Amino acid sequence: MKVTDKDVAYVADLANLELTEEERARMLRDLNSILEYVERLSELETGKVAPMAQVSDRYGVDESRQGSDRFAYAIREDVKDGLRASLPHDVAMKNAPDTDGTFFEVPKVIER
Amino acid sequence: MPSELTIDGVRSAIAERQTTAIALAQDFYTRIRKEDSEIGAFLTLCEERALVQAERIDRMAAQGKPLPPLAGVPVAIKDVMVTRGVRTTAGSKILDNFIPPYDCTAVARLEAAGAVILGKLNCDEFAMGSSTENSAYGAVHNPRDKSRVPGGSSGGSAAAVAAEMAVATLGSDTGGSIRQPASFCGVVGLKPTYGRVSRYGLIAFASSLDHIGPFAKTVKEVALMLRTIAGRDPMDSTSAAVPVPDYVAELEKPVRGLKVGVAKEYFGSGLDPEVRAAVEAAIQKLAELGCEVVPVSLPHTEYAIPTYYIVATAEASANLARYDGVRYGFRATAGSLSQDNLSQMYRLTRDGGFGMEVKRRIMLGTYVLSAGYYDAYYLKAQKVRTLLTRDFDEAFKKVDVIAAPTCPTPAFRLGEKVNDPLAMYLADIYTVTANLAGIPGISVPCGENHEKLPIGLQLFAKHFDEATLLRVAQCV
Repeated sequence: MKVTDKDVAYVADLANLELTEEERARMLRDLNSILEYVERLSELETGKVAPMAQVSDRYGVDESRQGSDRFAYAIREDVKDGLRASLPHDVAMKNAPDTDGTFFEVPKVIER
Repeated sequence: MPSELTIDGVRSAIAERQTTAIALAQDFYTRIRKEDSEIGAFLTLCEERALVQAERIDRMAAQGKPLPPLAGVPVAIKDVMVTRGVRTTAGSKILDNFIPPYDCTAVARLEAAGAVILGKLNCDEFAMGSSTENSAYGAVHNPRDKSRVPGGSSGGSAAAVAAEMAVATLGSDTGGSIRQPASFCGVVGLKPTYGRVSRYGLIAFASSLDHIGPFAKTVKEVALMLRTIAGRDPMDSTSAAVPVPDYVAELEKPVRGLKVGVAKEYFGSGLDPEVRAAVEAAIQKLAELGCEVVPVSLPHTEYAIPTYYIVATAEASANLARYDGVRYGFRATAGSLSQDNLSQMYRLTRDGGFGMEVKRRIMLGTYVLSAGYYDAYYLKAQKVRTLLTRDFDEAFKKVDVIAAPTCPTPAFRLGEKVNDPLAMYLADIYTVTANLAGIPGISVPCGENHEKLPIGLQLFAKHFDEATLLRVAQCV
């Protein structure tokens, strides 16, 4: 067992999940079984291999440029006129579970 | 109903005034109401929106105007793509009451091309699953054998086409979620190149692996759907500014002389003998049509599933952090706003809104990204992703397409793998590689087993070479 009860509680806390006792027990079992399977990646020597975060670095990249300038395809020209209108306030708030019409309402954040 | 329920058949029947788009949409709704109670493919029907669009098409036909390429074609959309004014759940309780204020680009492009959107299709919650049993709204049954799963996560999209409740559908594919259900339901399903189709309005699961793609009964219809939805979209910075060829016209070119790669890594232990036989027969058929079959090697294939489940869950844990009960969707509270605290509200909302598989993946993804484990898991997986992609780069120096099974087995039974997440993950063993490398992949029917269950042949091609992929697929 690699993952312990304590790890499950810690990770659930990071992920903003509470989980029932039964769910925690299942997580402990499932995470260990999946991580054990994943362990086989350590068989591979990857010391000199560059990590790949996404596929888009493989096309449209301008190799003559440096840093984020390489990804010119992803950057649009500044728009001075004719900006796309954003959603009207009332439309954006329509799905809110709780709103006073101007703001999203949430439980108290600061105790005093 | 037109004699031929294909995209072209529908369009010409409307153009020649044999039927109307409205009558056709109503026929499909009648059929859905009759058939879908036993299948469970649809979550939401949007009749009002459909009939407005159908009326617009009928007006054009009545005025003798040229009809757009998908005029009057009844389509349906996986419920992970947002639709303005039409409930979009992602198969989750946490979005049970969510009415999006805008349209997904792919959906808008279908509608602009004349398609009539009938409704939204069932899927695994947030597209996490391989059987469509993880939906908060009940499982989908395979139309070919209702005791079996339709595959997943786009099970509703595959089942709707197989049961003729839509002529074509859209699905999403993060690790095989289009190709695997296409294979299980005996239809054609395409995952395009990463960046070929805009992801704007696709509810994010794993952003570097998510793709939108079409389902239909024939390769030609899939080509037509792709031509409609493909191309640069300013709303998605990862959508590529690569020209969109006429995929339908490209189908006319001959396949003679094309090189078809076969990798032994896709024919190892665990492959059902009947699936192997059907796939090998399909490859033999391509050889008889003048393709040259060439052995290739994809040596890191066995590491694809572990790599995928680290990368996908890590991205998912970040993407799903947005569901907190504040701006939209479900909110759970212990008492009144004044009694609760914020952190408690987040937890109760996420605990009550997400299903078990989603929680499992959020937990795994949070774990592999957490302090002390990042290098060992997430960074390691990103490096192996490079190796897996290089495998394909090397292979495609020698061949035009690669042929493989889509899945190791035909459709399994409902409930068979539901309690064993690892066994379920292994159903994606032949499909996740294309998502990690970003190359296009398609599943086409290539036969049946002794129980009449469909078997799919999978083909891969180079980045942005869907034209060749579709051309070869059409010959199967």
